[in-house]
Amino acid sequence: MSRVKPEPMQVIKQRRDAVLNALVSGVPYVQFLGIHFDRRGDELTAVMPFEERLIGNPMLPALHGGATAAFLEVTAIIGLSWSMLWQDIESGNLDAEEMAAGNMPRLPKTISFTVDYLRSGLPRDAYARAHVTRSGRRYATVHTEAWQDNRARPIAQATAHFLMPRQDG
Amino acid sequence: MDINQTKIAKQFIEAIPHSQALGMKLASVSKGTAEMTMDYNKQFVGDPATGVIHGGAVSALMDTCCGTAVMSHPSSPTSTATIDLRIDYMRPATPGQRITAIAECYHITRSVAFVRARAIDEDADRPVATATGTFTVEGK
Repeated sequence: MSRVKPEPMQVIKQRRDAVLNALVSGVPYVQFLGIHFDRRGDELTAVMPFEERLIGNPMLPALHGGATAAFLEVTAIIGLSWSMLWQDIESGNLDAEEMAAGNMPRLPKTISFTVDYLRSGLPRDAYARAHVTRSGRRYATVHTEAWQDNRARPIAQATAHFLMPRQDG
Repeated sequence: MDINQTKIAKQFIEAIPHSQALGMKLASVSKGTAEMTMDYNKQFVGDPATGVIHGGAVSALMDTCCGTAVMSHPSSPTSTATIDLRIDYMRPATPGQRITAIAECYHITRSVAFVRARAIDEDADRPVATATGTFTVEGK
């Protein structure tokens, strides 16, 4: 039995981070909101650092519901795209340099998005994670949750349905 | 709402930091309905290959417009917050075109307001997105 020698850890990490970076930095609106992603293996945590321009109610003050919704939607799309591309990242089929140069793979399109506001968003950093509930050939369903100081006290959750990009190109 | 109240509402909405950041403008507001616009901006693009605006920016516009419709309801709530909002995306907004949201608060109780909205670009006959939501009602 011959066994392929595993790639060095640094090569794998560099490839994963390069793809994630291309996916995130290629989308202007993600940059506009200042969102970045922390990666641990294949697990992603979206981070939206607090900024004054994310405020929706200056009296409370509280984050704008639209900013929270957009944060969840970005988390859902990036999370779903990431899981969709994972196989190709691991096999090395996906060229991160090509992606960074603007040759992005086709990404899922949002069909519907339902957000529930659970607590008012405070003027501080927010975090979110996506869970791909179901991912099929044509459609996918993703659940996302956002929190701030306490993971057990989410500020909002959302369910989104996506149309997957056609595989035949 | 008379012209003076509309002017106050306009100043109030357009002073919200996030609405300002997205360049939202209040076009009209009256008795439970509101119309808001958001100009095309390359910073709001969600798909760099096509230049189509990110759904999140459309969501933010719809949410603000729905909240404004609630506040303008004749029963005059003192404040409101979104409970939930569902958005259906019919088609991508045409790149370069301004997006307009039109919201209507069609029912209100002591504690909950029910709202529906639609978003269009310059082709008003083919909606870009529709939304339905519920909002809290304070101080009625």
